[in-house]
Amino acid sequence: MNWLIAALQTALFVLLAPLLAGWLKCCKCALQNRKAPSVLQPYRDLLKLTRKNPVVAEQASWVFTRTPYIVFSMTVLAASVVPLIAVDLPTSASADVIVMVGFFAFARFFLALAGLDIGTAFGGMGSSREMTISSLAEPAMLMAVFTLAMAESTTNLSVAISHVLNDGLLLRPSFLFALYALILVAVAETGRIPVDNPTTHLELTMIHEAMILEYSGRHLALIEWASQIKLMLYGTLIVNIFLPWGIAENFTSSALLYGLLIIVAKLAALAIVLALSETLLAKMRLFRVQEYLSFAYLLGLLGLLSHIILEASR
Amino acid sequence: MTLSTMDFYTQAILSLAALIGLTSFLMLGQGRLLRLIFIFALQGFLLTLTTALVAYSLDNPHLYISAALTLALKVIFIPWMLRKEVIKMNMHRDVQALTNKTAVMMGGASLMVFSYYVLHPIVHTTTTVMLNALAVSLSVVLLGMLLMIAHRQAVAHVVGFMSVENGLFFAAIVATNGMPMVVELGVAFDVLVAAVLFGIFFLHIRTSIDSLDVDLLNRLHEVDK
Repeated sequence: MNWLIAALQTALFVLLAPLLAGWLKCCKCALQNRKAPSVLQPYRDLLKLTRKNPVVAEQASWVFTRTPYIVFSMTVLAASVVPLIAVDLPTSASADVIVMVGFFAFARFFLALAGLDIGTAFGGMGSSREMTISSLAEPAMLMAVFTLAMAESTTNLSVAISHVLNDGLLLRPSFLFALYALILVAVAETGRIPVDNPTTHLELTMIHEAMILEYSGRHLALIEWASQIKLMLYGTLIVNIFLPWGIAENFTSSALLYGLLIIVAKLAALAIVLALSETLLAKMRLFRVQEYLSFAYLLGLLGLLSHIILEASR
Repeated sequence: MTLSTMDFYTQAILSLAALIGLTSFLMLGQGRLLRLIFIFALQGFLLTLTTALVAYSLDNPHLYISAALTLALKVIFIPWMLRKEVIKMNMHRDVQALTNKTAVMMGGASLMVFSYYVLHPIVHTTTTVMLNALAVSLSVVLLGMLLMIAHRQAVAHVVGFMSVENGLFFAAIVATNGMPMVVELGVAFDVLVAAVLFGIFFLHIRTSIDSLDVDLLNRLHEVDK
């Protein structure tokens, strides 16, 4: 029964991710006085791409053709670790948040290899940029995670979230820092605006898009879907760790349904905030990204420090 | 003494302390003058919130006056004055390139650890909350000084000076639950007078070297080298 709910939750993750992307696009269009496409447009795009034949370059090795499947399955595995509508599920008990970061690193490794594999200039450039950014983003992410881990004395997400729930309303200074750091890292990792522009058509400014420039058909569909899941995953991490109220703690159908409604509302609100920040901010120069990410690292470090200084018992 | 055993007032004071520390760090890394002034106003606003919270929880009505003074001076008047100055000097468009920004930020982080280390011995004579709040306010003072060292614009120096005062004010509010009214009024007017004096200084620096970049003062020699 528990495994069934865990599978259901992961399926929800996979199925709702394009909806979140569509809603985000709607919010952005409304803010920029443009006519928005339907919320369901990402589903239509994915369907259209899966129906088309992928075009693969002659020089492509097995790395290029396997990568979309690896990236997609790794992202789904990572999604199964994160509690979406309920805590204490068997999948989230089996792996902690560091494993989740590891899944992402694995997927990114193959994506960067695939960018290099085809031998075009833009692919290699995108891979090198992606690796530069992720090598800076990962320590910052882990710092934020360690702050959470020290406060709740666990690295397991599900247990940590139930701890936060049990503590009730507790103002933790360290969580403020960790939240801010995690938001900055999430923006960098999912390639949103101050760091990377997901809708750009100019190859020279691309980071994530440059790597997947050669993909088409169902391969492209899988990669796009994976990045939508990744966006939703980071959003879920932010809202569920820092504002976990409403998540189901037992497996009755009413609690699960309530949890689903709450998480949809929370993610929709978060998407509005993200759309607002993307409209207000301009994209940074590539060489300023390291300053941005070192600031995120500093925030993570301050979160850790302020946990030790302000909160820890002695 | 863990966080969950403290009352809500203490938790809120600690969170505000953390946020005030954060604004100090934000100011340290900020290259644009207008944004620097905005963050300074934000720090003043957090200070106002702290004062109002202390006033509410201790039922100490004269602290409300102090909060209102902070709001009027540090959130509205001084930032407004500095902003006007910056726009008049047409400095709001150029980004000030901070030399070795990362080193300054890391220096700031180590100053925070240092101030905690310095204050650690008083843990025997006071509560941990007091120690934490004092450590944060000492680090705000030190970070303000570091801001004055790291930046070259006179406006940034004024902001650094005022944030030093913010740190002292925070320590006074949290540690002594509010100074006597006379002292607070005196400090508030001192700050006001300082702000006016700085305005006059700006005028003089500008007429003599035609800029507010104090590095240019190094070029003033009696004889040409």
